[in-house]
Amino acid sequence: MAPDPAETLLRELAPQVLGAVVRRFHDFAAAEEAVQEAFLAATVQWPREGVPENPRGWLIQVASRRMTDHIRSELARRRRETRSAAQETLEVPPPAEPSPGVEEDDTLIVLLMCCHPALTPSSAISLTLRAVGGLTTAEIANAFLVPEATMAQRISRAKQTIRSSGVPFRLPTPDERAERLAAVLHVLYLIFNEGYTSSIGPQLQRSDLAQEAIRLTRAVQRLLPDDGEVAGLLALMLLTDARRPARTGPQGELIPLPEQDRTKWERPLIEEGIALVSRTLSRGSVGSYQLQAAIAALHDEAARAEDTDWPQILALYGLLLRMSDNPMVALNHAIATAMVHGPPAGLALLRALDSDARVAGHYRLDAVRGHLLEMAGEPAAAVESYRAAAARTASLPERDYLNRQAARLGRRP
Amino acid sequence: MKYMLMMHAPKGTGDWAAGDWSPEALKAHMDFMMRLAKDLEESGEWVAGEGLAGPGEARVVRATKGGAPAVTDGPFPEAKEFLAGFWIVDCDSAQRAYEIAARASSAPGPSGAPLNMPIEVRQVMNAPGDESVAKG
Repeated sequence: MAPDPAETLLRELAPQVLGAVVRRFHDFAAAEEAVQEAFLAATVQWPREGVPENPRGWLIQVASRRMTDHIRSELARRRRETRSAAQETLEVPPPAEPSPGVEEDDTLIVLLMCCHPALTPSSAISLTLRAVGGLTTAEIANAFLVPEATMAQRISRAKQTIRSSGVPFRLPTPDERAERLAAVLHVLYLIFNEGYTSSIGPQLQRSDLAQEAIRLTRAVQRLLPDDGEVAGLLALMLLTDARRPARTGPQGELIPLPEQDRTKWERPLIEEGIALVSRTLSRGSVGSYQLQAAIAALHDEAARAEDTDWPQILALYGLLLRMSDNPMVALNHAIATAMVHGPPAGLALLRALDSDARVAGHYRLDAVRGHLLEMAGEPAAAVESYRAAAARTASLPERDYLNRQAARLGRRP
Repeated sequence: MKYMLMMHAPKGTGDWAAGDWSPEALKAHMDFMMRLAKDLEESGEWVAGEGLAGPGEARVVRATKGGAPAVTDGPFPEAKEFLAGFWIVDCDSAQRAYEIAARASSAPGPSGAPLNMPIEVRQVMNAPGDESVAKG
């Protein structure tokens, strides 16, 4: 994932080239394979012979040749197996006539296919990174810390699922569009989260996934500049990623938002994110990514933690909560409530969540409770909650952080 | 999410007394385990997996004062169960990890009937959740 210009170009062209080959041969799975082979050929030839004048055309041509070979060997195999296939002739479809806008459409169609709702999140993520992101299977396997053979299987199964779902290679109809686009945004969000939350300690290299998610979301935003949620998601990523340099200490330990050195935040990302979210919010129809981005913007705009505009954040979490009945949003809403109306009000909201099966027993509920109990001046109870949260979390840096909180309070007389 | 599945074999089964099994029973057991590994690879969930040498060969090591290893037999000669092997799988839910564990548990034993060994399922520690982004 080095920022080598030829590689950058290749990866930008990935979905367009794939789209052109699928359009011609109508076989997504085989076309995806052929495009990867064309990319491999390019990484060998281009550095030696120079980047061709029309790189996109070059890649389409090489991939199409691979497809023809593939069809030819398929036909030979069938001839061996059945007599009737002996009558079949090799039919290689002619290249499609280029029409204006088709490349943009293709990028979007490929992305929509890779994020098809029939796929599990992990397979959609893997396929998107390969077919749209232009990453190799080895790179993706490395990012998710699984063997390459496992990742290859995951991608191949994802392609089989797409094939058997029979989804046509075209833009979705207006009534399915919103749902399909939401699936794409969710996958991009998951890729970002995977990279951002794991860019800590021994897994530093995975932060590249966050950059990749930003790059892909930027591409979608260029294709759909008027979509508020696409802009909202991009803004959310930028505003979150801006804090990355401040969120870990020298030993890789987690530093929570209120304690971060805000001078380390990346201003250009914050400015870009704020501009994006302000533009989209002024246009009306507000979605959940825009609201989350607006909340992230309010955090990023505060020069000191105590300058945070909590009443505004509370109002935004109220809107989010009305939009989606999500217990994680409810947790954040409880924090904002405590910041505005005092810890007892926040703690009362947490008690209501104790009976919500989706979040009861989740470590974050105890972690937030510990935090609010500490604010309320009940250190003994806070220690208990921090310890309970530490015992339940599956996140190593988070467990260290929670144990440090418990140890710090426990030491007091 | 990654899970570690730890196969605890009761004494008298598995590698512990595999020499007493009939060759057919042993083959059925090993075929079962190999098929499980292959299926996990094909489903894109396999991360790692190993069988462990018999507990009679196990040693317990502690550092001595200068840091040199002090090795004793072990670990627990009186234990009723021992760790016979493990898998690490990467799957979409805990439910799915339990399904895989149940399948491993049903590996055939000396009589050909399922062993129904206890499989301990533990989530592997991963990245932290985010401190501000509301998760969907």
